Amino acid sequence: MPAAISVKDLRKSFGDFEAVRGVGFEVEAGEVFGFLGPNGAGKTTTINMLCTLAKPSGGSATVAGFDVVASRDDVRRHIGLVFQDPTLDGYLTAAQNLRLHAELYGVEKGLVAPRMRQVLEMVGLWERRDGQVLTFSGGMRRRLEIARGLMHSPRVLFLDEPTIGLNPQTRNSIWGYIRQLQESEDITIFMTTHYMDEAEFCGRIAIMDHGEIVALDTPEALKEQVGADRIRIETDDDGAAIAAIEARFGLAAGVSEGAVTFAVPDGEEFVPRLFAELGMPIRSVSLSRPTLDDVFMSHTGTTIRDAEESDGGARTKNKFAAQMMGGGGRR
Amino acid sequence: MSATEAGTALGAPAPVVTVRVPPRSFRSELRAIKVVWRRELIRFRNERVRIVTSLAQPLLFLFVLGSGLQQLSAASTHGVDLKTFIYPGVLCISVMFTAMFSAASIVWDREFGFLREMMVAPVRRSSIVIGKCFGGATVASLQGVILIALAWTVDVPYSLSLILGVFALQLLLAFSITAFGVMAAARIKQMQSFMGLMQLVVMPMFFISGALFPVTELPGWLAFLNRIDPLTYAVSPMRSIIFGHLDLSKQAEAALNPGITWFGWTVPMALEIFTVFALGMVMLGIAIWEFNSGE
Repeated sequence: MPAAISVKDLRKSFGDFEAVRGVGFEVEAGEVFGFLGPNGAGKTTTINMLCTLAKPSGGSATVAGFDVVASRDDVRRHIGLVFQDPTLDGYLTAAQNLRLHAELYGVEKGLVAPRMRQVLEMVGLWERRDGQVLTFSGGMRRRLEIARGLMHSPRVLFLDEPTIGLNPQTRNSIWGYIRQLQESEDITIFMTTHYMDEAEFCGRIAIMDHGEIVALDTPEALKEQVGADRIRIETDDDGAAIAAIEARFGLAAGVSEGAVTFAVPDGEEFVPRLFAELGMPIRSVSLSRPTLDDVFMSHTGTTIRDAEESDGGARTKNKFAAQMMGGGGRR
Repeated sequence: MSATEAGTALGAPAPVVTVRVPPRSFRSELRAIKVVWRRELIRFRNERVRIVTSLAQPLLFLFVLGSGLQQLSAASTHGVDLKTFIYPGVLCISVMFTAMFSAASIVWDREFGFLREMMVAPVRRSSIVIGKCFGGATVASLQGVILIALAWTVDVPYSLSLILGVFALQLLLAFSITAFGVMAAARIKQMQSFMGLMQLVVMPMFFISGALFPVTELPGWLAFLNRIDPLTYAVSPMRSIIFGHLDLSKQAEAALNPGITWFGWTVPMALEIFTVFALGMVMLGIAIWEFNSGE
């Protein structure tokens, strides 16, 4: 099966500012692929190029087998888009919004009603179909946008920060739909997020920083690359414990926050050995795995939150870039 | 539909309804034009307040200005009521304001993001723009019908040819004005700026057009401005249609509806109407070009 998305050395500059500096990756059909990075890292610019909303300054990309520059229309027919900012007509009802979308995408007349029912039921808005969108809450609107993006059975669904600004409960339900989609429809999902915990749900993630992909793999593999798990044990005699760990396992341990702490690969398998071979009583043990925060930190030297706080300059440029794009730009 | 319902009722997962988006065709473009047009109508129907507010200004001109200035102008109107004289102009401006507001909705659509939904659809941008202009024209003409219904208040007798003639001209004018508004809205990102444009361009266009005065023997500068004002070419034929259904003396006709002259040559009505049409098409072309060139 050909790749759903294939990107080679894709670039985008706005004046002197390079928003995307040559990214390349492939997304397989059926995959949930995540783009992770702080605001201003170039995620939205990349997604805009893949959706044919921005012309690349260099490189190439195909989506659903079509070139994003040469076959702009074919790309558009095969993708669904859910933007970060709302794009619903608040004066129309939910059903009218979906119907309008179906007309614009030329969905076969007889299929509009059943398909609408299906997508609205999936996001739990079937009962509210005749409500004016203005009266909907933020979460309901986002769900409706997702339903609308699915109206024409896209091959690839682009979700730009689908859960931003939503409460945890709504975020969970949106992730529920995404997993349900993956099972029920023949669809590839490409999403951006800057929530670390959400990136865990993706099959693979690309970490983006300053317009470049700094790491790309499954969440598990990325965390493994960071390396070791951290084990903390409490004992009656910390000094003896440190010496014993050194002697029996060849590991360097230290005391931190009142407990003996050391790093080891495959911590889960190591813990039973530790109990069996240490030769002294252990009062408690805790094992912590590396998080995607650690992954991000190891690739960029900063946490994602710090990156956002110190990246004011880049974000201003990003905003400028969005304005340059006119029509669809973010304000 | 029934398959989906049955599936849900049994609690079994509903079968996935898979749709396929067909390649672009003439038919799909027509569908896009139609749905954008229909959206304008749905929104117009939902905004009853707008229908009332956009009537206020034309009615003020017609009845307040018309009745008020009647005292001063009675001597020079050859027995024609001033309200009757400015009625054709008012027919034009009521359409003009509504059409401009329709075009302004593009600026709203941009601010609320909906424009993006239309711009990313796999249809030509020209279809979106054409649908929008047809929508604006239809909505404005519907508004114009209310004004046509008021003909009896200014002593204009109803007849089928009058109603059809006025309606057709209003439709054409509304289309051209919407095209002008859409062309402007392509570049304007904020509602305040659009309102500013209305004050700066639309109001002067209205005052200069001759909606409120005959266009003969004007001072040179005003005559010049009048001839380059597109609205002039809609007001003049509108007045000809209305006056054609009135029983007027030769002097009154000559004084009040002299027709437009270019360097002494009287422009025929057909050319006046064609001018409105041609300007509308040019502005539609520019609007399409602008939306196509934006990413």
